[in-house]
Amino acid sequence: MLRSVRVIAEDFDVGVEWSALRTALHGGSGAIAAFCGLVRDRVDQETVTTLTLEHYPGMTEPSIEAIIDRAEARWPLDAVWVIHRVGALSPADQIVLVLTASAHRDAAFAGCEFVMDYLKTDAVFWKKETRGGVSHWVESTHADRRRASDWDAPGK
Amino acid sequence: MIAVRFFASLRDAVGTAGLDLGSSRMPADLDGLLCVLRERLDGEAYAAITGASVRIAVNQTLVEGNAALTAGDEVAFLPPVSGG
Repeated sequence: MLRSVRVIAEDFDVGVEWSALRTALHGGSGAIAAFCGLVRDRVDQETVTTLTLEHYPGMTEPSIEAIIDRAEARWPLDAVWVIHRVGALSPADQIVLVLTASAHRDAAFAGCEFVMDYLKTDAVFWKKETRGGVSHWVESTHADRRRASDWDAPGK
Repeated sequence: MIAVRFFASLRDAVGTAGLDLGSSRMPADLDGLLCVLRERLDGEAYAAITGASVRIAVNQTLVEGNAALTAGDEVAFLPPVSGG
């Protein structure tokens, strides 16, 4: 399986990443699913001016690799690429990109959603939101943790 | 020497990103390190790093309970994570 994990400060180009993956697959896959997360400008009716992401180099990357390992064990995936940004981001900025490839769309869609759900709860990042000049650290929500744990529910 | 690191909200609570401990008295394990930190930090900061939701990593690997430490180890205090 092709895998790539990048934690970077600079922006990324979804088109460039998509083309690079499509080329690397050499026609062996029938589907690529993509998810790109963006910084929202409002949370709880308040304007967000900055979202600052922090990571722990040497621990964050393995935490993402472990999520990909679980996805790979679960679906016949040909590729999982993850880019996650760190540093100070503004509304509409791209935060995260997950690309998954598989022979068929079911595995590509499911793998992409699974990786994204666990990036929210298990990947080693911290987010600080600045609203109205006041900054506070954000924890993953109960809904985020519920979404991730639902993957372990029978029938999933 | 043990390198201690505090991330995100815990760095704010302690007021520093890291401390080097043990130049005079090297803690043998995490419990020993916590004793040293209790002396070094103010009560509010110590309460923050020992909160129920805080996880501890030794050399970038999460540990549960006590763990032996050797010179050169890096001990990190991690508040709850939130990616994506």
